Amino acid sequence: MSRSLKKGPFINFKLERKVLAMDKQKKTVIKTWARNSMISPDFVGLTLAVHNGNRFIPVYVTENMVGHRLGEFAPTRTYRGHKKKK
Amino acid sequence: MARIAGVDIPDNKRGEISLTYIHGIGRSSAVEILEKANVNKDIKVKEWTDEQQGEIRNIIVNNYTIEGALRSEKQMNIKRLRDIGCYRGIRHRVGLPLRGQKTKNNAKTRKIRRVN
Repeated sequence: MSRSLKKGPFINFKLERKVLAMDKQKKTVIKTWARNSMISPDFVGLTLAVHNGNRFIPVYVTENMVGHRLGEFAPTRTYRGHKKKK
Repeated sequence: MARIAGVDIPDNKRGEISLTYIHGIGRSSAVEILEKANVNKDIKVKEWTDEQQGEIRNIIVNNYTIEGALRSEKQMNIKRLRDIGCYRGIRHRVGLPLRGQKTKNNAKTRKIRRVN
């Protein structure tokens, strides 16, 4: 079932507060564990370090990404294909 | 042979079926179109009068994304996912199912190398 429109998109409150308080010129990277947080238009142009359970993956947010969730950009599984036969 | 929306030429079938030969029009939208144009959906395409044909053509061109436009729209949507590098985009790139299905077995629709 999709989320109620009344509530609006879920954006992690603390993350949003940090982003808004940040100086956009400074290019600092915000570390975050909030993989389920939606990317709001305010995030565009920032680099966020999204945790994937192991380490932080730097994600540069572009306009196309608005509406996706942060976790979508930091894969949690590694798979590089099966071993090739020699 | 009736020509609707550029290249499509279905004929000798009932209008409802015939319209589905257009990419982007299925059974339900075919019925919708015929209802709007006031044409009996059970009538064969060759029995359409010229006015009816024109009317149907009009409705399709003005209200539906079809054929090339639809195909490129779909391609664009996929390309967007690929370019932003989100999970679904990655799955598109490696040719595996996007929506969390198991891939231990099955998933053949996505996994089989397509030979064109």
